[in-house]
Amino acid sequence: MTASHGEHLTNLTLSVWRQKGPDAAGAFESYRIDSISDEASFLEMLDVLNEKLIDEGRDAVTFDHDCREGICGSCSLMIDGQAHGPQRGTATCQLHMRKFKSGANIVIEPWRATSFPIIKDLMVDRSAFDRIIESGGYITSQTGGAPDANLIPVPKPVADAAMDAAECIGCGACVAACPNGAANLFTAAKVAHLNLLPQGQAERHARAESMVETMDEYFGSCTNHGECEAACPKEISIDVIALMNKDYRKAKLANRKEIARS
Amino acid sequence: MTTATDPRLNAKIPEGAIADKWNNYKEDMKLVNPNNKRKFKIIVIGTGLAGASAAATLAELGYQVDAFTFHDSPRRAHSIAAQGGINAAKNYRGDGDSVHRLFYDTIKGGDFRAREGNVHRLAEVSVDIIDQMVAQGVPFAREYGGLLDNRSFGGSQVSRTFYARGQTGQQLLLGAYQQLARQVGLGGVNLYNRTELVDTVVVDGRCAGIVVRDLLTGELQSHAAHAVVLATGGYGNVFFLSTNAMQCNVTAAWRAHRKGAMFANPCYTQIHPTCIPQSDPTQSKLTLMSESLRNDGRVWVPLNPGDARPAAQIPESERDYVLERLYPSYGNLAPRDIASRAAKRAVDSGRGVGPLKNGVNLDFAAAIERLGKDVVQERYGNLFEMYERISGENPYDTPMRIYPATHYTMGGLWVDYELQTTVPGLYAAGEANFSDHGANRLGASALMQGLADGYFVLPYTIGNELAPLLNKPIPGTDHPAFKLAEQEARDRYSRYLGTNGKRSPDWFHRELGKIIWDNCGMERTQAGLTQALADLPPLYEEFQSDLRVTGDGASINQTLEKAGRVDDFFQLGMLMCRDALERNESCGGHFRTEYQDEEGEAKRDDENFAHVAAWEWNGDPMAAIRNVEPLEFETVHLATRSYK
Ligand SMILES: Cc1cc2nc3c(=O)[nH]c(=O)nc-3n(C[C@H](O)[C@H](O)[C@H](O)COP(=O)(O)OP(=O)(O)OC[C@H]3O[C@@H](n4cnc5c(N)ncnc54)[C@H](O)[C@@H]3O)c2cc1C
Ligand code: SF4
Ligand code: FES
Repeated sequence: MTASHGEHLTNLTLSVWRQKGPDAAGAFESYRIDSISDEASFLEMLDVLNEKLIDEGRDAVTFDHDCREGICGSCSLMIDGQAHGPQRGTATCQLHMRKFKSGANIVIEPWRATSFPIIKDLMVDRSAFDRIIESGGYITSQTGGAPDANLIPVPKPVADAAMDAAECIGCGACVAACPNGAANLFTAAKVAHLNLLPQGQAERHARAESMVETMDEYFGSCTNHGECEAACPKEISIDVIALMNKDYRKAKLANRKEIARS
Repeated sequence: MTTATDPRLNAKIPEGAIADKWNNYKEDMKLVNPNNKRKFKIIVIGTGLAGASAAATLAELGYQVDAFTFHDSPRRAHSIAAQGGINAAKNYRGDGDSVHRLFYDTIKGGDFRAREGNVHRLAEVSVDIIDQMVAQGVPFAREYGGLLDNRSFGGSQVSRTFYARGQTGQQLLLGAYQQLARQVGLGGVNLYNRTELVDTVVVDGRCAGIVVRDLLTGELQSHAAHAVVLATGGYGNVFFLSTNAMQCNVTAAWRAHRKGAMFANPCYTQIHPTCIPQSDPTQSKLTLMSESLRNDGRVWVPLNPGDARPAAQIPESERDYVLERLYPSYGNLAPRDIASRAAKRAVDSGRGVGPLKNGVNLDFAAAIERLGKDVVQERYGNLFEMYERISGENPYDTPMRIYPATHYTMGGLWVDYELQTTVPGLYAAGEANFSDHGANRLGASALMQGLADGYFVLPYTIGNELAPLLNKPIPGTDHPAFKLAEQEARDRYSRYLGTNGKRSPDWFHRELGKIIWDNCGMERTQAGLTQALADLPPLYEEFQSDLRVTGDGASINQTLEKAGRVDDFFQLGMLMCRDALERNESCGGHFRTEYQDEEGEAKRDDENFAHVAAWEWNGDPMAAIRNVEPLEFETVHLATRSYK
C-alpha cells in the first residue's frame, strides 16, 4: 500500500550509483533516509540526502534537474529499473514520495545508454539529441521574412497531431528504456511535428533523411520493442515512428538512393 | 529625495510621434555592410527565448556568434515552462485590438512606470513575432477553419493571446532553439553548453568580453568580442521559493552590474496569486496553477481563525469569500497583485487552510453544481490532474488550496532604447533587462518581450554600436583586464571551496529567501525593510565565513555552482531592499503598506517617483548609488489604476 496523504515515510534505503567521472569505475552506495514527508517530491528527497551528505563533509550526488514541473526534460533517473520511475506519464521531478512505502529499498541509476555517456553520478551527456535537431529538426525560415500567420491555415486535427508530437521534452527516457538504445521515438516525434504541418512540407524529405541518418550515427537501431512509448513521460505515441520511416523511405526513393531501411 | 538625472541614463528615444519612432530609428541607424558582418564577433549569454532568437538571427545576418548556456541544451531554458500564452496585437478577432491598445494596456498594467518609446515598439513588433513563429512550425491552437485561435488574459478587454495548449513557452522555445540549432549545424553559431558566465570584462569603458567557467572541468576561460548580449533571465529565485526553475539566477546580470552596468528597479517583482502552497519544509520550488482557474473557482477561507474542520464541514455562513466580499464587481477575477494581497491578509489573520494553514481555498463545488462535472473537467481537467499529482488531493471533491508565489521580475539591468546597458557594447535582453513592464507585467507579455528583443530589436540596434568599430582592433583575451577577471573568479571559487564552514549553500539560500519574502515580498513596510537591511549583512558575513562546499573545483560540482549563485543573490537581496525602501510609494508589484488608500489600493506618487531608479555599483551593495531616469508620458495620461 502506498502512504496516505500528509504522512511520513520512514527507514528508506537508497542504492545510488556513484561515479566520479566519465572514465571512473562506478558503484552503488547505500544511504538511509530516516524520515521524509510523503508530500516531498522524489528530487526533494535527493535534496535532503545531499544536505545530509554535505553536513557529513561528503560529496553531494550529482543529478540533472531544473524546472521540476515535467517540462524541461532535465531530470533523468532510472528508479528501480524504470526510466522516470513507477508512475506512468510522469517525469522523475513530478514523482512524489507518496508513491513509495516505508522501509523501501530504492535503486537509483543514471540513464544507461552508450550514446549518453555518464558525466558524474546520475548525470549523463545527452548532446547527441542536439546533433539530431541540428541536422534537420527545424523549418528554414529566416527572421523577418514570414508572411502573415493566418495566410497558412492549418486544419485543427493537423495542428493537434503536430502538437501531440511536439510535446516531447527531450529527456531521453525512450533511449534509456530501449534494449537497443535507439532514439527513434525522440527523432520521430520531431519529424512528425514538422512533417505534419503545411509549413514543413518544403523540407519534408530532406529533413527525414538527414535526421534519421544522424540518429543512426549516434544511436542503436529500433527493433520495435515499444519500451520507449511505455517510458515516455509525455506518452508520445509510437505511431510517429511509422510516419518517420515512411518519409525516410520516400526520401530515399526521391533521391534514387538505395533503400537502407525496411 | 530624488537625485539628479544622470547623463549616462539617456534612453536615446528617437524623435517623432510615438508611432513613428521605431521607423525613424531604423531609417537613421548605421548599417554594417553584409560582407563586413563576419568581421564582428558577438557573444550571447543565455539561450532562452531572448538569447536563442538573438543568436540565431545575428548569425543569419552574418555576424560571428558565440552562444553560452549553463544548461546542457538550449531547449532546457526556463522559458520552456511558460504555460499561458503570448500576446500580439493581431486583431484577428476584430474586437478592437490595435498596436496602440496593446501599448496602452502595457503602460497601464505596468502602473505607469515603463518607458513609452520602448513599449510602443514592443507592441509594434508583437505582430511579427506570431508570423515568425508560425512560419517556424510552432503548433499554436487553431480553430476548426484552420485559423489561429486566441484567448483572453488579465488586464485587457480584447482576446489577443496566442497559445499552444498549456505549453506555449515550450513550443516557442523549441521554435527558437531549432532556429538556433540550424545555425549551429551551419557553423554560424559556436554553442558552449554547460558553461557559465562568471564575469564580464570592461576595458576603457567598453565591454571587451567575458570570463566563463566550464562546469564540467571547472576551467576558467576568457572570450573577447565586439559586443556582449546578456539574455540570462530573471532573479525570482532570490526568494528561494518561486515558480522559477531551480537554476535561474542573477549571476550574469549581477557580475555585469559590478562592472558598471546599472541595475534598474530591483524591487519590482511580481507575485502570482494561484500557486500551490508550500507543503513541507523540504520543498524546493512552487508550482504555478493557471490563472484561468479563477474564472470558475471561488476563493474562500473560514470566517473564524483556527477553524480546522475539513472544507465540506464548514457551513456557508461560516465562510468568508474574500474577493467577492472585497471586490464585488471583479470578484474572483481581481487582478494578480490585488488577489495576492487578499490571500496573504487572510492567511496572516490566522484563517489559512491546509495542514500548514498557508493557503486559501479555490473551490469548484459551485461550478460543478452549475456546469456539471464534465464541463469543469473539459475546462480544467489537465490542471486538476497536475494539482492532484503534486498535492495528492482531488479538486473535484475538495477545494484546491492556493497561495501567491514569486513568479517574475520586472527589474533588471538598465537598458536604453537600443537595449544597451550603461556599459557600451554590453546589451541585455528578455527578463534580464528592465525595459518594458514597468512595475507590473501583464500575463502573456514576457514571452512577447523576449522574442521581440531577440528577433526584432537587437539585430537592428546592435549594428549602430558596431559600425564605427569596423577594422579597428579590440582588446584580446591576453589583455590584463581578462587575466585579472580570471584571477578574481579563480580566487572566488577557491574561497567557496576553502571556507570549510558548517552550512551548505542551500541552507543560506533558504535563510536569505525567508528574509526577502517576509520583508520585500507582497507587502513591504519601512520597518520591515529596515530590519531586513540590518539582518542581511550579518547573514552574508556568516555565508562568507561558515559556508561548506564539499567536492572539488575540477569536475562538475553543483554545490560549488550554487555557492556562487547564492553569493550574488545575497548582494542583490540587499539592493532590492534598499530600492524598496527608497521608493516611497506603492506601484504595481511594489506595495508599501504606508502608501495605500482607504480601500487598500496602491497609491502612486507621480510627483516624486515617476522615474526609473538605476543603481550604480560602488563596491558594496549597501553603498550602491541611486541614479534616476525620469519617465516622460507624452502619449498616455497618468491615471489611477482602478479595477473596482
Ligand atoms: C511558471 C511560469 C510560467 C510563465 N508563463 C508565462 C506565460 O504564459 N506568458 C508569458 O509571457 N510569460 C510567462 N512566464 C515568464 C516567462 O516565461 C519568462 O519571463 C521568459 O521566458 C524569460 O525568457 P528569457 O529568455 O529572458 O530567459 P530564460 O528563459 O530564463 O533563459 C535564460 C538563459 O540564460 C542562461 N543563463 C543564465 N545565467 C547564465 C550564466 N551566468 N551563464 C550562462 N548562461 C546563463 C540559461 O542557461 C538560459 O539559457 C512564466 C514564467 C514562469 C516562471
Ligand atoms: S519521446 Fe518521450 S521519452 Fe523520448 S525524449 Fe521525448 S519525451 Fe522523453
Ligand atoms: S526537472 Fe524539468 S522535466 Fe524534470
